[in-house]
Amino acid sequence: MTAASRELVRERPPRRRSWRKFVRKNYEGWLFASPWIIGFLLWTLGPMIASLGLAFTEWDLLSPARWVGLENVNEMLRDPLVGKALKVTTLYALVSVPLSIFFGMSLALLLNAKIRGLRFYRTAFYLPSVLSGVAVALLWRWLFSPEFGLINLMLSYVGIQGPSWLGDERWALPSLVMMSVWGVGASTIIYLAGLQGIPTDLFEAAEVDGARGWDRLIHITLPMMTPVLFFQLVVGFIAALQVFTQAYIMTNGGPNNATLFMILYLYRSAFQFFRMGYASALAWVLFAYILVLTVLIFRSSSSWVYYEGEEKKG
Amino acid sequence: MASTTVTTTSRTPSSVHLTLGGRRRIGHTMVHLALWFGVVLMFIPLAWTISTSLKPVSDIYLFPPKWIPNPVRWENYREAVTSIPFMRYLWNTVVITGLSIVGKVASVTLVAFAFSRLQWWGRNVLFMVMIATMMLPPHVTLIPQFVLFKRLGWIDTFLPLVVPQFFGGPYLTFLARQFFMTLPRDLDDAARIDGCSSFGVYWRIIMPLARPIVIVIVILVFNGTWNEFLMPLIYLQNPANFTLALGLRMFQGEAATSWHLLMAASLLTMLPVLLLFFTAQRYFMQGIVFTGVKQ
Repeated sequence: MTAASRELVRERPPRRRSWRKFVRKNYEGWLFASPWIIGFLLWTLGPMIASLGLAFTEWDLLSPARWVGLENVNEMLRDPLVGKALKVTTLYALVSVPLSIFFGMSLALLLNAKIRGLRFYRTAFYLPSVLSGVAVALLWRWLFSPEFGLINLMLSYVGIQGPSWLGDERWALPSLVMMSVWGVGASTIIYLAGLQGIPTDLFEAAEVDGARGWDRLIHITLPMMTPVLFFQLVVGFIAALQVFTQAYIMTNGGPNNATLFMILYLYRSAFQFFRMGYASALAWVLFAYILVLTVLIFRSSSSWVYYEGEEKKG
Repeated sequence: MASTTVTTTSRTPSSVHLTLGGRRRIGHTMVHLALWFGVVLMFIPLAWTISTSLKPVSDIYLFPPKWIPNPVRWENYREAVTSIPFMRYLWNTVVITGLSIVGKVASVTLVAFAFSRLQWWGRNVLFMVMIATMMLPPHVTLIPQFVLFKRLGWIDTFLPLVVPQFFGGPYLTFLARQFFMTLPRDLDDAARIDGCSSFGVYWRIIMPLARPIVIVIVILVFNGTWNEFLMPLIYLQNPANFTLALGLRMFQGEAATSWHLLMAASLLTMLPVLLLFFTAQRYFMQGIVFTGVKQ
């Protein structure tokens, strides 16, 4: 047992003589992991290499692919729609993610107030967030309908003539942001779990020191929640930069490309214009963009995320 | 500040007027009011949709609107499922979702077993590789995958949607592995002494204990596949192969007057998710907390 485990710790394939023993000891692990290993090679690593190669070609799936070098990159720099798509996608992420975090966290704080009916509220807020996809996008299209949609009807009660929302270049993107806040319940559940994990002795100590509700929120609750908030920020950003279904169903990128999200533009390039090379190049640009933003958020985290048990250097 | 009098009973000056219990009660009432406001806001869209789905066409564009449909037209639902091949789409969606669940659960638990209960050379390196792929956005591989499936002649079949599900996935494998790590290792040893093979340990010991995490995985896969749009959009072209998500678009092309049918069909599409939510709410929440907090 001890000899065997020591051998494993070294993690090196032994020489010829014990090769058979090595295989016998290890084949089961490889066998059990083989679904993922094969899948990784087939659906991830292979396609990634292919995608990188495709980015330097022009290919419509019919005629043979043609190597064009950096022509796709050149074209992207000249293509005003790429800039537009990046702007739309970034703006959406920059507004919808902090807004969702704010509402999600506020709800969680209210739910954490040891009130009666917690289970009911939790269910009620969580329910809309499990609904997603085309059905929900269609539901919201109906709500945003300019003449007979619910939102403009409500506004008309208070004497406001609502805009035509999805049909208005200025309001289409804010409409999609509003819709995204509807799904805030999922993150509320996460925040609630985080809030309940904060050690109570911290609050007791604060109370002895005379800290009131607001002080406790600013100086204990929020700092203790920063790891969870940070994680939600990263995950939220990555998800927001990959929006597709809403844009496709509700606005199809319009009006006047006001909701032309990156993935929608990628989809069009690849599957409507059949420009596989250009679309691959777009995919890599978006990937790089997501990576840069994620790194920036991670960089910033050392100044605002507090990890318990981590020594602060003075 | 230093001269603040320290009283023995009250912590705050205002509690002179109100007892602590009274303050709390007022605070709680405010919280309840705020929460109810939120609940109403959350449910108005759904209520409005249900209302629309039960109205006769003529009532949809009434102003001021009627919240309670009168007369209630249940026929809208029958019309909705007959005006598009709803049952066909439903069946397709069920088949794709069912096979995806089977494939994902089987492959993910096997791989997680390898990464948590077996010792083998290369394990740690491969685990790191798997974790790294979690950060990869799926659209980078979208186009080459499409080309691959086209070469295989799989376009317009369910295969591109279902087959990859049988090859694990980093996110859910990680989830299952974290759960398997919490099970005591003595169980494996005891079973092996009794002559169990590795597969025996997986099948007889680990899987029966893994029920909670398997349910979470089933729910996550169900919800994801049921609502998936981009993949079916790319791979399914013949309307006879459409899923519900794709089929719902059929109403869009029609005249603007079919909103009542569209809302009926949308609600029917959401219904299985809602039913699952209400029967397995606990596991839904566990899933979201697992994936959200434990990273």
